[in-house]
Amino acid sequence: MNAQQPQRVVIAGYGPAAHRLAETLAGRGFRGGITVLGEERHPAYDRVALTSYLTGASAADLAYPPVEGVTVRLGARVTGIDRELRQVRVAGGPAEPYDVLVLATGSASFVPPVPGAGDALVYRTLDDLDAIRAAAAGQSAGVVVGGGLLGLEAADALRGLGLDTHIVELAPWLMPRQVDEGGGSVLKGHITRLGLSIHAGVSVAAVEPGRVVLSDGSAIQAGVVVFSAGIVPRDELARDCGLEVGQRGGIVVDDGMRTADPAVYAVGECALAGGRVYGLAGPCFTQAEVAADRILGGDAVFTGADLSAKLKLLGVEVAQFGAMEGALDVTYLDPVAGVYKKLFVSDDATTLLGGICVGDASPYTTLKPFVGKALPAAPSDLLFSGGGARLDLPDDAQVCSCNNVCAGQVREAVAEGATSVPALKACTRAGTTCGSCVPMLTRLLEQSGVELPKALCEHFDHSRAELYDIVRVRGITTFSELIATCGRGRGCDVCKPAVASILASLLGGHVLEGERVALQDTNDAFLANIQKNGTYSVIPRIPGGEITPGKLIVIGEVARDFGLYTKITGGQRIDLLGARVEQLPEIWKRLVAAGFESGHAYGKALRTVKSCVGSSWCRYGVQDSVGLAIALELRYRGLRAPHKLKSAVSGCARECAEARSKDFGIIATEQGWNLYVGGNGGFRPRHADLLAADLGTDELITTIDRFLMFYIRTADRLQRTSAWLEALDGGLGYLREVIMDDSLGICAELDAQMERHVATYADEWRETLDDPDKLRRFVSFVNAPGVPDPSIVFETERDQIRPAVEAR
Amino acid sequence: MTRWTAVCGYTDLLPERGSCALVGEQQIAIFRDFDGSLYAVANQDPYSGAYVMARGIVGSRAGEPTVASPMHKQVFSLATGVCLDDGGTTLPTYPIRVNEGHVEVAV
Repeated sequence: MNAQQPQRVVIAGYGPAAHRLAETLAGRGFRGGITVLGEERHPAYDRVALTSYLTGASAADLAYPPVEGVTVRLGARVTGIDRELRQVRVAGGPAEPYDVLVLATGSASFVPPVPGAGDALVYRTLDDLDAIRAAAAGQSAGVVVGGGLLGLEAADALRGLGLDTHIVELAPWLMPRQVDEGGGSVLKGHITRLGLSIHAGVSVAAVEPGRVVLSDGSAIQAGVVVFSAGIVPRDELARDCGLEVGQRGGIVVDDGMRTADPAVYAVGECALAGGRVYGLAGPCFTQAEVAADRILGGDAVFTGADLSAKLKLLGVEVAQFGAMEGALDVTYLDPVAGVYKKLFVSDDATTLLGGICVGDASPYTTLKPFVGKALPAAPSDLLFSGGGARLDLPDDAQVCSCNNVCAGQVREAVAEGATSVPALKACTRAGTTCGSCVPMLTRLLEQSGVELPKALCEHFDHSRAELYDIVRVRGITTFSELIATCGRGRGCDVCKPAVASILASLLGGHVLEGERVALQDTNDAFLANIQKNGTYSVIPRIPGGEITPGKLIVIGEVARDFGLYTKITGGQRIDLLGARVEQLPEIWKRLVAAGFESGHAYGKALRTVKSCVGSSWCRYGVQDSVGLAIALELRYRGLRAPHKLKSAVSGCARECAEARSKDFGIIATEQGWNLYVGGNGGFRPRHADLLAADLGTDELITTIDRFLMFYIRTADRLQRTSAWLEALDGGLGYLREVIMDDSLGICAELDAQMERHVATYADEWRETLDDPDKLRRFVSFVNAPGVPDPSIVFETERDQIRPAVEAR
Repeated sequence: MTRWTAVCGYTDLLPERGSCALVGEQQIAIFRDFDGSLYAVANQDPYSGAYVMARGIVGSRAGEPTVASPMHKQVFSLATGVCLDDGGTTLPTYPIRVNEGHVEVAV
């Protein structure tokens, strides 16, 4: 197979299909050179998430990860193909020779030939969005021409820019490709309730300055007009070099995505495969994978694709799967709630043909895999019972249409040891594109008999989240009470600290009070971090990383007087290492007297909120990042959680505080703050996801309060926010619904919990120093309290102490 | 003949939390279980070499009283000193008793 592999693959275009092609080639060990020529100045980005660019996401947020070993030329427009010489001409640069050329030039927006539409705005690329944003400045109303999927996205964008938004659709109702008339009417109700105006069954007759004239003679007064009424394949390169294109556009390819020239392929929205141009991400990805396989010498085929879609547009769930007609149909309509669900079945009512949903897309997830198969229950039952959540899927039923993964593959992966949603995502790719099938993955895991490892340890059959609820609902206040209620034995190093953390989150109070002292790990038990030789490190809190010279001097004097090793931490604090247990209270007496508090570096608790200097000093800063970081650190200090919590605030988009590597990170915008959640550095780095954009400070704090409390309530033991978010059913969208739309009705409770935490916080080191009972434990030897541990020996390195190598 | 050394009062020991006693040059970790029983083992963690066993979390495994090393969490039986995660390693154990309110160990 390798012998047939070409040396040089050139990909013209750098959109999602081109990216998937390059990624597949590289991932499958292609040894030749891969060069991508992108016309835009941006590398490939996620077009499905384009709307978020106008609500705060940056171009970098949307970018796909670069593919290693691939040469990318950006701003490199291909102007022609010389098939004889096998090279492409590039505007303003050297020609690019190829052995195999893949055209992935995508599509352009269709702009109807009406007077005045020549320079119209379109909704397609990041640059288009910049142009829309610029055009919207100072305007009060906008018109979107096109009421399909992309049209509604554009309408959402205009609405987000504060414009009074109108939608013009030629068909009698919105989204005619996805929903029928009944669904269209329910959809119209949702959208008009949001304050948008719909003009259906008309077309645009002319675009004039300040207004749009419609075919029925009426006019809309609006200063911004965006065309989003369909796409036209970018097939001009193929056309110019004599390759066949379809009557209505699209480069003609065979089922291996190859044109009549065996050295030229076409994939994505520029390709006409089986007589059809595909405009959805899923089929385009499949085409890219087929082309990659052929280039590698395989024989994969593209035989068409499922055009099912589940979308959330303007906050309304819309889904369509399988056929949009059938011999029989069953409809569920709730006009009050705005829910419309319809199933199409065969004439003998035994086979499911397709379905349409508006307002509640749950049947999409549960029933789409049954399309073309025997109905698993009576159609009315399926529509009324929430869509049959517990149905058994056949092995060949497709679970993830974006990445073409079926139930059998998921079951196989589970059998081979992928027993969690993140593991399934990693090995099957299911759920990694739009995420709508993640609930299905969880269900398959459960149905495969995987004991989702829930029991905390041998003493409790419950998960941490369940224990949290038991403690919360039953008002339990001690470990003894909890283990008597629902556990067995006397606990261990797994369940005791977990329960200690739950009690601390729910009840507050001192971690060394009464029975709780016996639950703590050595770090919490001595309010310091144990080091390899049994000594401890001390980290005073320095909120936001801001410290006065006077306090800096105190830290220096304490370190000098106790002979400690000092080092600046990654969290903008100072670590003092080498303290023996009996020194800890003496060290803290000095620190507390100087106004320092515990930094909780030893706890599963808030660590630091880092910050850059922000608008007070920096010539680029747009907000006071230090002030916010200090406010947040003081608000959440001492908050116990399933794992440590880190945060940062950056004063502008340059992101000097590295906020996106934090559990919750905040980046200033001109309008307010963008909130990112679920970031992580460490063992498995992860960039935080944008949860909400342009928040005011009060709104930001409320959102963080709820995020933290919801995490504390539902996470597993020692699960950081990044892993928690990845495993959360419904992901970021669900998180938004819970903490921003209050879909579970728990926000008042979460708010009250945080209020109580803030109101009852007290510095645990100050309290320890005031309590002789707690201080009694801080000795090396119970029978010789003044004697230092003779096993602790230091040597000198770079003018400071370090544990002696032979300190045994 | 066993030589007992008094190290502290019984009530100086917190239930399910360890303390360390210095007997001659030896460091002995002593524990008071939830039901009042006493245990004494060597304070040196055989895995890390640090003298820290007295600071581990006390618990039970299948009914056996245990302590987990605070360094890398290996769990040892308080009764026999055997490491329950790796049967090949054992903590030395020592006799311990209460005598007129005083805790005594024999080394």
